[in-house]
Amino acid sequence: MSHLTDLPAWAAIPVCILLLLGSGITLIGSLGLIRLKTFYGRLHAPTLGASAGIILICLASMITFAVLQNRWIVHEILIIVFVVVTTPVTLMLLGQSALYRDRIEENDGVPRKAAGQQTDTTGMDI
Amino acid sequence: MRYWFPYPLLSLALLVLWLLVNQSFSPGQVILGSILGISFAWVTVNLQPDKAKLKTFNRIFTLAGHVAVDVLRSNIAVMRVILRARTQPANSGFVRIDIGLKDENALAILACILTATPGTAWVEFDRQTGVLLLHVLDLENGDNWAKLIKTRYEAPLKEIFE
Repeated sequence: MSHLTDLPAWAAIPVCILLLLGSGITLIGSLGLIRLKTFYGRLHAPTLGASAGIILICLASMITFAVLQNRWIVHEILIIVFVVVTTPVTLMLLGQSALYRDRIEENDGVPRKAAGQQTDTTGMDI
Repeated sequence: MRYWFPYPLLSLALLVLWLLVNQSFSPGQVILGSILGISFAWVTVNLQPDKAKLKTFNRIFTLAGHVAVDVLRSNIAVMRVILRARTQPANSGFVRIDIGLKDENALAILACILTATPGTAWVEFDRQTGVLLLHVLDLENGDNWAKLIKTRYEAPLKEIFE
């Protein structure tokens, strides 16, 4: 990508800062996967990359190509929207399966289902 | 009108999506996007999604502002928890919240907000009892979480959708 060298310094500096910040936050989030001890704790770690990380990196991309092509570039917003809209699906799936297993195995520290309720799956959903 | 345009908001959103992907506002793309938006709305009729009825528009912006601030704040908080995890382990736990929202679209948006905010994870929602089980990474101020979510997110969502 040789045309990246055409990027003037006044745009390159904020782009670098945004990129480094975004990737740094995502890195810390990934680090959390190692450092946090419980499964439910580890559920939180990747959301760092899926919120601040993605927003900052997409902003950097928007600025870069807006300056290089000299027009407004906004379709990165779609990436942010789709990531924000789809992460709950995977996270809930993981959380629910962990909760289901912990309840079957009767592990400690996991909330029971409210009393007087059958375990039918029709009324219960994500 | 309702027959020809079953989901006007969805059609409009699809048109905007099409224009954003193609990065052009030329009349040809607008026409093509409108045709696609309207025909895809027809396809979704069979899925019978709940129709969103937006009551007020000003609350949307205040809610979006709150969410932006909270995402920023909780990102910093979660980063701090992760970096300190070796010396002082995270004090995480489950929180039960009674959610009065019935509208499916409002619940979906609440799920997106809570998931996009690091530090809170939506684990289970029981539609019969309306109890939401939430996992919170840092339970520093225990009961405040329930109150915070009810006043900051649930109340505005209720005003917007119900």
